Amino acid sequence: MNKQLIETNDVVVRFSGDSGDGMQLTGTLFADAAAFSGMGISTFPDFPAEIRAPQGTIAGVSGFQVHIGGGEIKTPGDFCDVLVAMNPAALKSNAKWTKPASTVIVDVDLFVEKEFEKIGLKSDDDIFAMLNLSDRHIICAPISTLTKECLAGFDVDNKTKLRSKNMFALGICFYLFNQPLVHAEKYFEKKFAKKPQFIEINKVVINGGYNYAANIQAIPNTYRVKKTGLPKGTYRNITGNQATAWGLIAASEKSGLPLFCGSYPITPATGILEELAARKDLGVKTLQAEDEIAGICTAIGAAFAGNLSVTTTSGPGLSLKSEALGLAVMTELPLVIVDVQRGGPSTGLPTKPEQSDLAQALWGRNGECPLIVMSAQSPADCFEKAFRAAKLAMEHMTPVILLSDGFIANGSEPWIIPNMSDFPAIVPPLVAEGTEGYMPYLRDEERLARRWAVPGTKGLEHRIGGLEKDFIKGSPTTDPENHQKMVNIRAEKVARVAKYIPKQEIIGNPAGKLLVVGWGGTFGHLYTAVGKMQEEGKDIALAHFSHINPLPENTEEILRSYQKIIVCELNSGQFANYLRMNFPNISLLQYNKVQGLPFTVTELVAKFNEIIDSL
Amino acid sequence: MSEYISQDFKSDQEVKWCPGCGDYAILAAVQKALPEVARQLNYEKERFTFVSGIGCSSRFPYYVNTYGFHGIHGRASAIATGVKVGNPKLSVWQITGDGDALAIGGNHFIHAVRRNIDINIILFDNQIYGLTKGQYSPTSRLGTVTKTSPYGTVEHPFVPGEIVLGARGTFFARTLDIDVKLTAECLVASAKHNGTSVTTVLQNCVIFNDGTHKAYADKSVRDEHTIVLRHGEPMIYGKDRDKGLVIDHENLRLKSVKIGENGITEKDILVHNMENPNPGIHMMLVNMKFPDLPVALGVIRAVKDSTYNKNVCEQIERSRRHPIYATVDALLRSGETWTVE
Repeated sequence: MNKQLIETNDVVVRFSGDSGDGMQLTGTLFADAAAFSGMGISTFPDFPAEIRAPQGTIAGVSGFQVHIGGGEIKTPGDFCDVLVAMNPAALKSNAKWTKPASTVIVDVDLFVEKEFEKIGLKSDDDIFAMLNLSDRHIICAPISTLTKECLAGFDVDNKTKLRSKNMFALGICFYLFNQPLVHAEKYFEKKFAKKPQFIEINKVVINGGYNYAANIQAIPNTYRVKKTGLPKGTYRNITGNQATAWGLIAASEKSGLPLFCGSYPITPATGILEELAARKDLGVKTLQAEDEIAGICTAIGAAFAGNLSVTTTSGPGLSLKSEALGLAVMTELPLVIVDVQRGGPSTGLPTKPEQSDLAQALWGRNGECPLIVMSAQSPADCFEKAFRAAKLAMEHMTPVILLSDGFIANGSEPWIIPNMSDFPAIVPPLVAEGTEGYMPYLRDEERLARRWAVPGTKGLEHRIGGLEKDFIKGSPTTDPENHQKMVNIRAEKVARVAKYIPKQEIIGNPAGKLLVVGWGGTFGHLYTAVGKMQEEGKDIALAHFSHINPLPENTEEILRSYQKIIVCELNSGQFANYLRMNFPNISLLQYNKVQGLPFTVTELVAKFNEIIDSL
Repeated sequence: MSEYISQDFKSDQEVKWCPGCGDYAILAAVQKALPEVARQLNYEKERFTFVSGIGCSSRFPYYVNTYGFHGIHGRASAIATGVKVGNPKLSVWQITGDGDALAIGGNHFIHAVRRNIDINIILFDNQIYGLTKGQYSPTSRLGTVTKTSPYGTVEHPFVPGEIVLGARGTFFARTLDIDVKLTAECLVASAKHNGTSVTTVLQNCVIFNDGTHKAYADKSVRDEHTIVLRHGEPMIYGKDRDKGLVIDHENLRLKSVKIGENGITEKDILVHNMENPNPGIHMMLVNMKFPDLPVALGVIRAVKDSTYNKNVCEQIERSRRHPIYATVDALLRSGETWTVE
């Protein structure tokens, strides 16, 4: 059969099914195949908080969106060109993410009364019409039946056979986008090295799906993504949590100090602890603490003992760590706190992204308690930002909160693998043995960092703690003048970090009509939206902040160079209000969304156009 | 060989406890024990690190001339754990009180004990909150009248030793603040023990709970109302060393008997075995209460087991000998990579 090959710049595919259907793996294999063939990719897992909610229900639907393109891809895409729905619940909860005239592939074997009942439909309901999918190109594939048929010759039970039906769906998608099967097959060979039967099973099924798609009339066209070129280099895929862990390990190697991580498991931050726990070969010490407070307190103890110390958490955990953060500020020890933000307040939306911990990170402690607050903007960027957070913590002797979020933590993107020789040295102010007259709170004049004398070093015995310190000796004192001086110098120490961080960059013209301001994990969407409008000749620029406290030195100058400024965040305006506090005379517009979802490029473009058109 | 004297462990800070506070005697015992620990274990002074939480006792690190860290309320066990894992060569001492360790810090306390991390915990038990000026604590006896229990407490107290054994502790000792010699002896034993050592010091708060331990700690009655246990020796006590402990088989509990009466000889008396892995007898010993039975003092339990810090170090050493990735550069290049030219 001759099918028409259509060329396209990029395509978005969303895999959805029951949380036991293996949709995360299916999506990952699809993304990897594209990446290995030199395309840009961005992925977004969208899964429920429950590990296995009741089968076939809306609560149990797990999704994985992949955006592939010929060039750089910065977001997982707003809406999909192809939706794979393994059951009616998956279709119902994902129909809203399909583009008009897009393709929808369903496992029609599960579009039966029993499954319909689980989502409140009757067997004769027209689910496609009810979900406004009438214009979509629906492919009703008997995926379950065909999977079993493919495996007729294998001596395994039906349940086991059906476990590979996701590979049948993946085979269909590989055909649809002219992607080779070789990468997925290699994965099976590695994954099932000890169970060769499963290598065969998965290969047979994925080929079955591929051939099925090639043969049926229902698929008239296939697509090829045009390669427009990526920057040269050796790439790998990386998720935000993995990159965060590796950035911290890199900082440990560069500083020559052992890495200690004290953490309590919490979604969506746990991946960092897991990644670090695996790296004993690089000397990483991890301690799975009894609670969040013990996580940070063990880290503070290890920092006192001369380690690069880290604790990783998410919003509710950061709340529990507040008092200990104050202790780290008071004792002026280096400490990195990674907060992988999720929807709040309270338990909130554990698996959904949000940027609503900013105010907590800035101010959520008793007393005048300044520390460095910074953020990572994409999965791969987590590496460089974690490295920088550790460098700043150690060289300035201060805790640093690094804000990530569930979107970039679990999302992945291709990353040009850097060389460690290209990264700067990290030189903590350690005190050498034999130093005479060590005073714990004597500071270097430039950074105002105190010096770090590690227990076990002869002759440097000293005592520090949470009580207010004498300005030089560090012994406890309630002297009023001294307290004022210490409050001021702790603030000044953090403020001076501005001299050691990069100036804020602008994407676009250095002055003009509209400046879009963002921070953290929304970078991909803001960058794509602004880029699109710049291509259309619109006078728009983007300032995406990584450093929040202190702000880059040129922040005010930038904000004064545009007619209108709009601050876009996945919260109710925390960064906007922070900027207003710092620059009270600059007027800011806001675009906020608190739905546990990332922005869409479409909604951003519409909003920005509305402002530009009004000027 | 390291030779130190008590004076080496005195800091230049003015000690600010109330006159007559039991903490002075504990400080003296620690300063007496440390030179002995250094001598027996060949430790340099710079290895000693004291960590505390919040409360009267937790001011302690300021008064010993070692590395010291004054933490926040209840978290000393967690901080001390981090210090030990971060730098396993250190001799880590945690100073805490009945409120700090057993109320706000209960969770960290039991988990430190469970992990058997090699830290030495000295728990000052005065059965009261002193620094906040006299509220009941988790070890205050039922009915204790304090500012927050003007009608007497209505809650049952913890027995610290019982918690330690319940959390699978490997070392527990109990001593009296005024018995500097016994305290020092327990602390030296604690330092020599690999694993979490908990030494409870029954301490007097002269201002808010004066005399709480007087019924057994006072010199005039101490010999009759306490028993000092020593490994391998019969459990004999009394001014004339004429009383001992036996098992009351009928009720499966400990019983005090008089040697020479009812045909009892020294041979019938239980011999203390602190190394018995079975905590049964140790549990009975820590739960002996005056006036029914003498209060047990000395090292009650000291059993060998692997320690958290050693296990961590061994895993790391093993992994480093056969690394999957020996450098960060190798790690970054692991798994699937591809090149765009």
